[in-house]
Parts: sequence; structure tokens; C-alpha cells
Amino acid sequence: MVIRSVLGVGGAFVNAVTISKATSRGCTDAVVPLERGQREVFCGLTGIIWLHRKIQDAFFLVVGSRTCAHLIQSAAGVMIFAEPRFATAIIDERDLAGMADCNDELDRLVARLLERRPEIKLLFLVGSCPSEVIKLDLSRAAQRLSRTFMPDVRVLNYSGSGIETTFTQGEDACLASLVPILPSATATEPSLLVVGALAEVVEDQMRRLFAAMGVGPVAFLPPRSALMLPAVGPNTRYLMAQPFLADTARALEERGARRLAAPFPLGVEGTELWLRAAAEAWNIPAPRFDDSIALPRARALRALSRHRELLAGLRVFFFPDSQMEIPLARFLSRELGMRLVEVGTPYLHRQHMAAELELLPEDTALVEGQDVERQLDRCREMAPDLVVCGLGLANPLEAEGITTKWSIELLFSPTQGFDQAADLAELFARPLARRLRLRV
Amino acid sequence: MQLTLWTYEGPPHVGAMRVATAMEGVHYVLHAPQGDTYADLLFTMIERLPKRPPVTYTTFQARDLGGDTAALFQNAARDAYARFQPEALLVGASCTAELIQDDPGGLARALNLPVPVVALELPAYQKKENWGAAETFYQLVRACAGPNAPPPGGPRLTRAGRARPSCNILGPTALGFRHRDDVREVRDLLDGLGIDVNVVAPLGARPADLARLGNADFNVVLYPEIAHVAVQWLSRTFQQPATKIVPIGVNATRAFIEEVCALAGLDAQPALAAFAPRAAWYARSVDSTYLTGKRVFVFGDATHAIAAARVAVEELGFVVVGLGSYSREFGREVREAAKLYGVEALLTDDYLEVEQKIAEAQPDLVLGTQMERHIAKRLRVPCAVISAPVHVQDFPARHSPQMGIEGANVLFDAWVHPLMMGLEEHLLTMFREDFEFHGEAAPSHLGVPCEPAVTMAPSWARDAEKELGKIPFFVRGKARRNTERFAQERGLETITVETLYDAKAHFGR
Ligand code: SF4
Ligand code: SF4
Repeated sequence: MVIRSVLGVGGAFVNAVTISKATSRGCTDAVVPLERGQREVFCGLTGIIWLHRKIQDAFFLVVGSRTCAHLIQSAAGVMIFAEPRFATAIIDERDLAGMADCNDELDRLVARLLERRPEIKLLFLVGSCPSEVIKLDLSRAAQRLSRTFMPDVRVLNYSGSGIETTFTQGEDACLASLVPILPSATATEPSLLVVGALAEVVEDQMRRLFAAMGVGPVAFLPPRSALMLPAVGPNTRYLMAQPFLADTARALEERGARRLAAPFPLGVEGTELWLRAAAEAWNIPAPRFDDSIALPRARALRALSRHRELLAGLRVFFFPDSQMEIPLARFLSRELGMRLVEVGTPYLHRQHMAAELELLPEDTALVEGQDVERQLDRCREMAPDLVVCGLGLANPLEAEGITTKWSIELLFSPTQGFDQAADLAELFARPLARRLRLRV
Repeated sequence: MQLTLWTYEGPPHVGAMRVATAMEGVHYVLHAPQGDTYADLLFTMIERLPKRPPVTYTTFQARDLGGDTAALFQNAARDAYARFQPEALLVGASCTAELIQDDPGGLARALNLPVPVVALELPAYQKKENWGAAETFYQLVRACAGPNAPPPGGPRLTRAGRARPSCNILGPTALGFRHRDDVREVRDLLDGLGIDVNVVAPLGARPADLARLGNADFNVVLYPEIAHVAVQWLSRTFQQPATKIVPIGVNATRAFIEEVCALAGLDAQPALAAFAPRAAWYARSVDSTYLTGKRVFVFGDATHAIAAARVAVEELGFVVVGLGSYSREFGREVREAAKLYGVEALLTDDYLEVEQKIAEAQPDLVLGTQMERHIAKRLRVPCAVISAPVHVQDFPARHSPQMGIEGANVLFDAWVHPLMMGLEEHLLTMFREDFEFHGEAAPSHLGVPCEPAVTMAPSWARDAEKELGKIPFFVRGKARRNTERFAQERGLETITVETLYDAKAHFGR
């Protein structure tokens, strides 16, 4: 047993204990220290930025404050759409003073909104910190509004608040709210459900691969349209395409669906193991599986090798952000030869991460939670070659001479699957390559 | 409740952050949930500041709410003081913490820190960013300069014995629209007039600098939205007069010179005699005849919108067809200005309403914020940005003020550039019938959108073409060309989905 104090001395956290065994099980048995302090992460409202692009006939109405509106606007960074498919119902002093009834106000706003946007089929009322602290019951409001606007519009609710959710957990809450309304699967044949928002181009690649190996029928959650909700039932097997979907998984299990345990489809190895989990569940003969992935797999390995040259041996440090840190760290260390200095994750779901932890180098310094100041101290002290962090930290670290990759791009770009593996590597290689080029 | 798509102003605590971040030696402990830390990126990504804003967030979570969020706040304040050793500490609550009523001010004072603690009460459900900045600046000024105030009713302060008169420059903050450049411009202008600058604040000031604000003879109010409350207090407390003219444009800059010279007891004549901004001459140049009567729609914060309307009419010969602002606190001033141009003032922060009004007015040019830039783009109307809210583009690498003499020149360039140049318009009239010179042609200096290249390329299979369509539009052209080149080099006649990905893997960096 090795006790390593990865976090420095003192403070409200325990020392990291890594148990080394004769047979390596990666980080499976690692005791991961939980750090508490200031967190420098977005809240779950941020997910609206990619979710509203994904479900094209859905509208996201945040019930919150000016801060919430400002967060979404700032995180999105652009205002390409005059009337985006999201908005904020800003609570004001009249609502708080009881001069206006929040529920009446909400009904009024929703009626006006739906009148203006008749193409909307699904409306999410998204809870925020203020709506939760004043105990505005959005689930009752959603039921009430659903009764009014069904069958044209269905109204659901979930929480994207910063007191309940961190960044990507907003997507989890959103998808979990969809599960109860998914139709019941009646077929006796097994079907596959891929869970987690993926870029269309990735979705289509996956579809082709599943078809080639003979796995199906395949459906995706979230769907591209509220009218295409996939059915779910005891014969549903689901694969998680994203690592941050704990509540959605739980809700699917309640509907009888069963999870196919696998690493996440990031990198060549992750994608292969992820696809293999489905192939095995469908009893696909190994040669057929190998055949169906041979081409894209070989292509991806070729493309990846170019980045390995630059990245191998370099040291990377992850600030906690999206819960994608562990799969990304696994990819960087195993496929690109990078060394992991510290891998922070806002939240560690042992069960969903099991296959990933097994693949991580045994001595990886994992940290759950965050105290941003201490983490910055550690980061400076360890002087990594590359830091993966949020937008608030990137430029200040660059100014100190530390090369960074801002993490939100890892969510906004298509990164899953064979044909995106090199793109994913490139996202990490680019800042380093740029550093080498610049002479200013 | 109010339905909001895009907002012109953030919440009031973001205004407080703008003041804290502008200053040195100040730290702000904000009782707020984790998501509120997004505000850091405004400074590090939009303004590209090389340091984090001096803000500690308590980032309380739902599970803390049942327990002791007050203790959480106190620990955060104590740790922040120990780590950052500020000379003054700001404490306050964001919208969520306002609801849980932990009293950050009382909690922080109970820590008995050896520095001034300024408790900010910024009602998040009533007020907005600029109000928050103004209130924060005022509270800081009072806390730091208050101890140096002369007793009320005492004798008038005398500031004799100095060779040159002096003033403070008040209002510039972090994340302000060209504040950095305006300060340099106005400071140089004052220096040329023989006036010393005692303190610039909040930008670059320390708490100790605020303590000596009372030493100046008068105050220069650069941004009334942010400085007006503090300036009123300074006038009352230190009997300091303040400027009323914001030097944006040729005429306002001339009037500003007269105003500050009068306040400083100097003769303005020599400076006015030498006053010859290039913009004034360019406006009279024959090429500019074509600018006559261009219809402009103006929208921004009150100060910039009012100033822009005046410049547009008096210094460029435009016609104002709309004037508005999201600064409701300055509604009266905006209405008065609108009256001058015979339009009705548009006072709103509803983006859709602004868009509708712009569409109705059919302007030739929009002078607005980044929000209006998007509106104008959609309506295919040229636009120049004159005011916050800001975008990374509003922090150019070069010196680019809005105020003073160079500022007037910048305005001329920035507003005329999106329009057709005189000679160009002249040619258009001459060659009206020519297919290359049709009226819809864009100004030549703005470039032309490229046509998709006509090629003898291999043919695309239907599914491959569809796959290509999923690639984001801004790289699609490149993907198409690369794939076709790849196929051609290999003698392929048909491009399939596999070819597309093979090519992608081949060309990938
Ligand atoms: S953390 Fe809470 S208050 Fe802040 S933006 Fe997110 S939901 Fe709104
Ligand atoms: S590449 Fe795009 S931006 Fe550049 S000219 Fe062509 S269309 Fe315009």
C-alpha cells in the first residue's frame, strides 16, 4: 500500500491512497481524495447550448435570474440566432414580494412563447438556483402546462441549477426527464439505445457500424426530434456515449433497460471496446465484428500516429469540469503516450467509470471535487506541459507560461468514434504545436 | 417575470466585478453558487486579461443550504484575505445568496480583518450591471476617501501651492468599451492643457489612491453610468465640481476642452486654436458628400448613444432615424436627445423590440452594440459598434479610443468604413448597367463572398454528399476540395462515405 499525498499538507481532504496489487487493475481500487473548496465550473444550465441544437423542435425556458440568462449568453459566446430555442423567464422583485404569482406569470409567458413559436413540440422548464431556493415547483407547473397545451406541446421540467448540477449534469437531468415519457417497447427482440447527445455525423457513423456488425435495432437518446422518442423496455440494452449520465441511467434501469458496461467511445481503444460491448450482447461472431470495424479502425490508428509523435511523454493536468476527464486521460495516456500529472473530476461515478478506471495507469493522481486555489498551487508546482481547464483559467495560466486546452471545446466538437479520434488528439496537440511555432 | 433572450447587461454583481477587476489591491468575496463563476471568462476571454478577476466565490451547493452557509462564507472570506492580502475587501451576494439572506457584510466584519470591508447590497432582482458598478464604486470611494473628508460645514478646502491644477478621471472599469484607450487619450489631452491627473479610478487605482481623491480640484466624469453616484458624493464632500461633457466626437471634445479649462482656471484659447482633428477635414472632403443624409439608427448605453447621435448629425451629415438605450437610469437624457432629432426615444432592454424598430426604420447604417451588430447582419445593413456589451473584437490590439481628438478620428473611420466609399458610389452610378457593378455589390474593401468552385471533380455518391452536408459550413468547402483532390489523385470516379473519411484521415493534421 502506497500513501501519496497528492494534495499537499493540511486542509479538509484526505491523503490519496493507492493500492498496488500484483495483478494490475489500473485505478479500480484507487482511493480518490475528495476535495472541497471553491469550484470553478459551469452549472447545468450550460447544457442547453448543445441540447437545443440537438433536439430541434424543443425549447428550453430557464426559470431564473439575470445571472442565469447572462451565463448562457456568455458561455455560448455567440448570438447567431435572433430567436434561439432557449430563453430565460427572469424572476423579479414583484414575483419575490408576492405581488405577482410566479405560477400565473409563468403560464402567461409560456402561452405567449408558444403562440409565437408554433413549431415547438417539446418545452423544458429548466430550474435554476433562484427557482429552487424559492421552492417554485416546476414539476407541478409542467404538469399543469402540459394539460393545457397537449397534444401540440408537451411540457417537461428538470434542474440545471448550480446548487444541484455541475456543467454536464444538466444534460443528464434533461435526458432523465425524458425517460418517463418514452414509449414502452413491446418487441421481444432486444434493441440497443445509445444514450448521450452526439453530433449527427458521429451518430450516423455509429449507425453504419452497428448495421455492419448486425446489431440492432438502434435508437439514440436524445432524439433529433421530440416526435422520434425511442421506445424502452426490459429488452432494451443501452450503451452510454457520455460519462455524465448517472440519473438518466437510473431512470432507464427503472424502465427495465440494462446497461452494457464499457469504456466510453473516445479514442480508438475506447470506441472499439464500446462497440464490442454491443457486439457481445448480440452474440456477433468475433470475425464479423473485427471485419466491420477493420477499416475505420486502421484509418484512425494511422491518423492518430501523427499526433503521438508530438504528445508522447508530455505531462498533462486536468482541472475538473465535464466528467469526461477520466476517459480523456485514459485516451491520452494509452493511445498517445502522455503522462498524467493529475486528473480532476467534478464527480466520480465508480460503477459507470469502472471500465475506464481499469485502463488508467495504476499510479494516476485522481481527485474528485475541487478547491481551485489549491489546485492552481499544485498545478504551478508540477509545471505540466499541458493543462486542460475551463475558460476562466486558460488565459491566466497561459500568461504564466503554461500551455492550456480549454475544455468546453471538447464538448462542442464531435470527438467520439473512430473517425474523430485524431480530431480529438488534435485538440490537445494544437496548443502545443502552436507554442512551438510562435516566436513572440 | 420577464422573458429574456439576450441581455444587454449582466446582473449587478458583474458590475461590482468590473470595478474590483479594474483596481489593484481589492478582493471581492461573493456568496454565490458554482455556476456564477462563469463571470471570470468575461474578463479572461473577452477582455483577454492575463490574470483571474480578484474574486472568490463560495460556491455553496444544495446540501449546504440545510447547514451553515454562513460559516462557509466566513471561511471563504478568511481564506481569501489570507491568500490575497487585499488592501480592501468587498463582500456581497449574487442573486441566489440574496435569497438565503446570510448577511455577508456582518459576517465579514465579525472577522475583524485589518482592512476596510465594504459590504455591497446589490439587489439582483431589481438592478443590473451598470447600476452595480456605480454602487460598488461609490461604496469603495466612500469607504476609502470618507476618513479624509473635511468636517461638514467647515471652511472651503483650499488647494493652494500647486503649480498646475489637477483632476481625477472617474468611471473607467474592466470590460468597458474602449475604456483603456479613452483614459490614455483624455489623460494626454489634459496634460497638454496643463492639468495634472491626481487619480484615475477605478481602472488601475488602489484603495490608497481612492483615499486621496479629495486632493484634486475637480473631477472628469468619463462614464456617467458608472461614476455618477461617486461623483455626486465627492462634490458634496469635497466641494469638487465635475465635468458634464463627455468628449466623444469633434464638437464634444472642443466643448470638453473649454469646460475643463474653465474648471481649472486656464485659458482655453491656445488649445482651441491648435485644435484640428483630421476627422473634421475628412468630413468636409468632397468624397464625403456621399455620406450626406445616410439614415442611421443609434442604440447603446446612454452616454455613447447620445454622443453618437450628435456626431452622426453634426459631424457626418447623417440623419438619425432612431435613438435608443438600454440604460433606463438615464431615460431623461436620452429622451431629451431624441427630441433634438425629431425621433422618439427607444428605452428598452428587449432585444426583439430593438430588432423590430431597426427593421421598421430601414436605416443605411446601425450604430449599436454587439447585439445590434447581429441584428444588422440579419437585415443586411452595415453596422459599427459604439457601446458595451462588448465582444472580444472590442478590445483591439491597437490604440483605438472613442474619446478626444484621436477618438474622433477613430469614429470617422469606424463608421464610414462599412459604407460605400464616395468614389465607389460614383462608379456604381456610372456603370449602373454593368453586371459587375450592380447596386447589390458589396463595398470592394469588404471582400466578396466566394462562389463554390466549378470543378471537373469525381462524382459524389448520394450518401457521401449527405455526409458532407453534416460537416459545419465553415469547413465544408475545404472538406469537399480535399476529398475531391484525394479521389482524383487515386483515380477514383465516385466518392463514397469511406472516401470522405479516408481523405479526412489523410489530410488531418
Ligand atoms: S449557478 Fe444558479 S444562479 Fe448561477 S447561473 Fe447557474 S442556475 Fe443561475
Ligand atoms: S471564405 Fe467565407 S468568408 Fe471568406 S470570402 Fe468566402 S464566403 Fe466570405
